[in-house]
Amino acid sequence: MEQTKIIAVTVENQPGVLARVAGLFSGRAFNIISLAVGETEDESMSRMTIVARGDEGVLEQILKQLNKLIDVIKVVDMSVEKCIQRELALIKVGVDGKSKQELMTVVDIFRAKVLDVSNESFTIEVTGTDEKINGFIDMVESFGIKEMVRTGTIALTRAKKTKKQEAKGESK
Amino acid sequence: MNGSQILLECLKKEGVDIVFGYPGGVVLPLFDALYAEKAINLVLVRHEQGAAHMADGYARSTGKVGVCLATSGPGATNLVTGIATAYMDSIPMVALTGQVATSLIGNDAFQEADITGITRPIVKHNYIVKDIKDLAQTIKNAFHIASTGKPGPVLVDLPKDVFTSEMDFTSYPSHPNLRGYKPVCEGNKLQIKKAVEMIEKAERPLLYVGGGVVLSGASEELMKLVEKTEIPVTTTLMAMDAFPSDHKLNLGMLGMHGTRCANYAVQESDLLIAVGARFDDRVTGKVADFAPHAKIIHIDIDPTSISKIVKVDVPVVGDAKNILKEITSQIKKMEHKDWVKQTEEWSKEFPLTYRDSETEIKPQYVVEKIAELTKGEAIITTEVGQNQMWAAQFSKFKKPRTFLTSGGLGTMGYGFPAAIGAQAGNPDKLVIDIAGDGSIQMNIQELATAVKYNYPVKIVILNNGWLGMVRQWQELFFGKRYSSTFIEDSVDFVKLAEAYGAKGYRIEKKADVEKTLKEAFAHKGLVIMDFKTSREENVWPMVPTGAALHSMIDGGLA
Repeated sequence: MEQTKIIAVTVENQPGVLARVAGLFSGRAFNIISLAVGETEDESMSRMTIVARGDEGVLEQILKQLNKLIDVIKVVDMSVEKCIQRELALIKVGVDGKSKQELMTVVDIFRAKVLDVSNESFTIEVTGTDEKINGFIDMVESFGIKEMVRTGTIALTRAKKTKKQEAKGESK
Repeated sequence: MNGSQILLECLKKEGVDIVFGYPGGVVLPLFDALYAEKAINLVLVRHEQGAAHMADGYARSTGKVGVCLATSGPGATNLVTGIATAYMDSIPMVALTGQVATSLIGNDAFQEADITGITRPIVKHNYIVKDIKDLAQTIKNAFHIASTGKPGPVLVDLPKDVFTSEMDFTSYPSHPNLRGYKPVCEGNKLQIKKAVEMIEKAERPLLYVGGGVVLSGASEELMKLVEKTEIPVTTTLMAMDAFPSDHKLNLGMLGMHGTRCANYAVQESDLLIAVGARFDDRVTGKVADFAPHAKIIHIDIDPTSISKIVKVDVPVVGDAKNILKEITSQIKKMEHKDWVKQTEEWSKEFPLTYRDSETEIKPQYVVEKIAELTKGEAIITTEVGQNQMWAAQFSKFKKPRTFLTSGGLGTMGYGFPAAIGAQAGNPDKLVIDIAGDGSIQMNIQELATAVKYNYPVKIVILNNGWLGMVRQWQELFFGKRYSSTFIEDSVDFVKLAEAYGAKGYRIEKKADVEKTLKEAFAHKGLVIMDFKTSREENVWPMVPTGAALHSMIDGGLA
């Protein structure tokens, strides 16, 4: 059965590392849904967040093959960790002839932000899990999406909580 | 010191005394430093592909890291096939390439090629050194990566200005700095315990042994386990020399051109113990029908090869030598009388055989004679195709690192330069390349190298005038439509040998086979023996592609 996995990969912050990871996916015909890369708290390392899709065997191979790369320092399967995931999307939505008010309602419901306004379009920023972003896209599709860009998911494990905090529901 | 001198110092610290290489524009400073260097012998090849295969043959036959060297651009790209060959068979190699000066990289400069980009999928790792300060540490890392864990080729790309810039060089780093590289060598204790229990319970266990046993130097440990447990052994093409051919529990090679006995044993076994093997498609046949009754223990240093093709019941990640030793010490003494008897019956009923002839020279006959005369003491290399399969089927091996063949990539043109590399590493051994008339021509230019340095390799050409393995497939599966496989009498190999200053024989009668082999083996220099063999001989038995292992065809031999 196909599943989606979020994988956090800590790598050497060196030229060519992205190519090694990307080459691994293309060379072995692994499916990649999104990939986000940036520096970490330690400037000698970068962190890639990869969202990959495949059956159990393929996902296991992806984790092992990533681990095998010399420049990969650590691979964490975020799907087995409690983690926070976020993705950001910028969406230019057409507004001519449609109700701007209706669009603003959707923006409010999704706690999105309007960044740029013209007579023809609004450019909206929306942040959240990919589910939330997909939901937002569904809602604004009827207005006409002129342009869209998504960052891909990034994720961090949740901090360890005391029992008391958990009881209070502060883990959300 | 300049970068060239530092590089040579580093190589010496790694114990390198021979480099197979070819000069060119950007590596001029390095060759200039080599000119004065006494401790490193540069073997000048005639084509860089030859250099890579020589380094590979040197590594396989000695266990040391092989080193090859080429200039930027075409020099580097010519190494590619040799690097890929080494990668597929996990051979420790360091390939050094020149690169255009750092200021020119990316400008499509003369003889520029992005060789780290080109080789990325076929190396264990690669580097480009952009600053002389990183040179020594990079060389340390490269040799460490190439030779530890699952070995493999590492390429180090060296821009011209790195060779010429200067710095104080005080000491070679004592350790690699690789925080992301920690190969697991010791097997997990719990997994080993599970494996032992499973082996003790099995009634029809079978050891399926691959090249990893040779690479880890685990032949002795394998023998001890076999002797304590009476478990029969089948080997892959990469491990023909891992276990003595004449041992009564050696069932021979498994897979597409394996013995019926080995393949039947796989299909009937209730426990397959894979050691340093990776379930290649030439081994498994139809995967769904592979070893249908067997549980599987898989011992391998590479976690990615576990459960990649066949689901494994007990994986043990680590070095074969350590793990086999540990299993042998824990396991009780066992016998498998009925099972062994069954394999002996198969062996008797379906031996590897061929229809001999008095009028023609059969290629298998030549290989048998070589085995008889050399008694497992020679190093045999092969090209790829029918010659390779006959060499594997009919040679007799005693010791590891005596059978060098391109198993994974299947590189025609491998055998001859590999033989030169093996000869360089084993000056006192008899080194024989078993070749076809097609593949020998793929690196024939290295005759000049072998003659120049007096590497007395013996080339045995099983000459049937065809690209034989492809012809065999055309005969069997393409209605005998022999498209582009007929290469009859295109070369006079005797004259060719003479043209290079070597000795050549043409052998057309069966009666002359043994005599010529003896003469050639006694000759001090390089010899080409052109055996005009039976034209349309096929390699039998055979598992057709997509069929299960027990569904073998044999051309009416059995």
